Amino acid sequence: MSFKTKMNNFFKGVKDKCVSLFKSSKTKVLKKPTLNGTKELLIKNIVPIMFIVIGIIGVYFSKFSAATIVNEMLTRLARNSFLVISLLIPIMAGMGLNFGMTLGAMAGQIGLILITDWGIVGIPGIILAAIISTPISILLGWWCGMILNKAKGREMVTSYIIGFFVNGVYQLVVLFMMGVIIPIKSEILLPRGHGVRNMVNLQGIRKSLDNLIPLRIGTVNIPVAAFILIALLCFFIIWFRKTKLGQDMRAVSSDMEVARASGINVEKTRVLSIIISTVLAGYGMIVYLQNMGTLNTYNSHMQIGMFSAAALLVGGASVAKANIRNVFLGVILFHLMFYVAPYAGKNLIGEAQLGEYFRVFVSYGVITIALVIYEVSKRRENRIEATLLRESTEGEKNA
Amino acid sequence: MSKQDNVFKSLVNSFGLPRLLIAGFLLLLFCIAPIGHISITQSISDVLMRFGQNAVLVLAMVPMIHSGCGLNFGLPLGIIAGLLGGTLAIELNVVGAASFFVAIIFSVLFAIVFGYVYGILLNRIKGSEMMIATYVGYAAVAFMCMMWLLLPYKHPQMVWGYAGRGLRTTISTEGFYYHVLSDFLSFKIFGITIPTGSILFFAFLALCIWAFLHTKSGTAMTAVGSNPVFARACGINVNKIRTLSVIMSTALGAIGILVYQQSFGFIQLYMGPFYMALPAVSAILIGGASVNKASIANVVIGTLLFQGIVTMTPSVMNSIIHTDMSEVIRIVVSNGMILYALTRKSEATL
Repeated sequence: MSFKTKMNNFFKGVKDKCVSLFKSSKTKVLKKPTLNGTKELLIKNIVPIMFIVIGIIGVYFSKFSAATIVNEMLTRLARNSFLVISLLIPIMAGMGLNFGMTLGAMAGQIGLILITDWGIVGIPGIILAAIISTPISILLGWWCGMILNKAKGREMVTSYIIGFFVNGVYQLVVLFMMGVIIPIKSEILLPRGHGVRNMVNLQGIRKSLDNLIPLRIGTVNIPVAAFILIALLCFFIIWFRKTKLGQDMRAVSSDMEVARASGINVEKTRVLSIIISTVLAGYGMIVYLQNMGTLNTYNSHMQIGMFSAAALLVGGASVAKANIRNVFLGVILFHLMFYVAPYAGKNLIGEAQLGEYFRVFVSYGVITIALVIYEVSKRRENRIEATLLRESTEGEKNA
Repeated sequence: MSKQDNVFKSLVNSFGLPRLLIAGFLLLLFCIAPIGHISITQSISDVLMRFGQNAVLVLAMVPMIHSGCGLNFGLPLGIIAGLLGGTLAIELNVVGAASFFVAIIFSVLFAIVFGYVYGILLNRIKGSEMMIATYVGYAAVAFMCMMWLLLPYKHPQMVWGYAGRGLRTTISTEGFYYHVLSDFLSFKIFGITIPTGSILFFAFLALCIWAFLHTKSGTAMTAVGSNPVFARACGINVNKIRTLSVIMSTALGAIGILVYQQSFGFIQLYMGPFYMALPAVSAILIGGASVNKASIANVVIGTLLFQGIVTMTPSVMNSIIHTDMSEVIRIVVSNGMILYALTRKSEATL
């Protein structure tokens, strides 16, 4: 199916006079890739299938009760979905996985550090942290987008390095400027007078969003307010796809040159997609940390990009195509593996450490496999498109 | 006046502005070092020692850049081959300088196997090598973390004492190949220690690479890197040449980590190789390489500049402003350099 839509996008872009010629040959050629349907389906969904298998084995050996697992999965779904959803919009704009979402995470953390210092607690604290993070996210996202426009075709690796680079700047701000240029007065400041402690206790806002609307079924806690927030975000994403900007992004994604020719400001659209993603990642980080309850000042943000990208890919998304279904499926499957792996490792081989290494390996492995599958299938589709083009031009000659 | 301007401009153009800034910064550090009572000769010795330690790892970037595979973010794969070779040499209880050669032989064998598979993978995903290489490296490191726990190593110097199995996080190379190169023919001149062995070993490898790049296959590699379509038209087997370059890079990475260990004194297992690719990548870029162009001179200049900054910033910063900002500076400089290179316009590699 996705092949068909992809082909349709491709045809949309080509000049009108070719379209009719293409369509005549389309049905004939389209049969080729769908020749062995089940095998194709299996290959396309290899990552989720692998994870379902790993998850079942892991759950079996971890010896957890169903209630424990459901409870943990609901918590993790509420904690991580927001962050993962922030990856969707750059994918819509054809920029791949935005590993630069760590920029937003850092902005969110700065907001949290400040409200903790000011002693603002509860929901007002969370809202204020979000307000503080927004301009920082916008600025960082704009800068990141500008850089990515200079590195078209290798956005992912560039955004990945940008994450590292801004981490250096973040350390400069949090470790050397806070307490000197940015006034910090509470005990989260290091005794030497500048720099924030390695661990910041977010006691004031801990679980304040999760417990806003308490709901308890049996032994299972459901963080209703967090889910409402995530649902609102999902509606925003669905609505956003239909706006002019959303349509522009999809046009840019399918062909940059065609989009430019039809009057879309390609560079601006791409920058906007990164800005939105960064801002959402900032909010996502605040949601994530209010659930965790402690901020690991210099480490919390570093792994976020990797975990979110892995979760999205586990849900069956590719670098070029992702939707909300992928997010939820991915978060559940990925975190199921993540949660049970150490326990399964302990029960199976007697070493929890092994399970921990295993889950790190699987996270990186899954990103590798998903990227490779995507690249290989893209190259194959390019070849098919080339054949199509050749056949159509031959048809033109014959006519 | 205008002539001076032109001289300056041409200098900037030929050397690149970021490189000039970094070189200037390093020079400044050396100039203000005496104010903080830091011995210049000691600093130069340190820089030279670190040069010997890291130069081969940076050299491992060259073959893959030449064949158009981009920056080798998958360097951890080569490092793992080196770790396997090093630990095997110790496991077989080969002592002294001989262990170094045994380690090299084993690790190059592993590197050839790994590099071959890795090369085939990279041939199927031309155009996005760098992103996938990063994750191949990470996945390999995480996989080996499990293996270090499970592989049946027995040597008492390497396994955990209480459990009797599972390798330690750091293993001393003392008694094996510790300083086998660094101390070879090393001498002191004006108070500066010259690690002759390490430098000679690097020079030997660099000469090999330089000579190789001037052979028929080497020229083919450059052709593949600069214009794959043209290379194919000339009858060059592009995939074969690319695989060869990946094998060479992986093998150099394996030898590089052994050289690093003999000077550093420890084998770092588990998450040790995780972030080792980034310093090597930024070093060669600081030396003037781009995503698809690199020479031996880039390696030498880049390693000296990068290691110079890494050595000098902590000591100078600490003694003058009493805060250790070196980590921040190192992160910003090295990743900034990679960003600069990634955003340069370069011929598209298809």
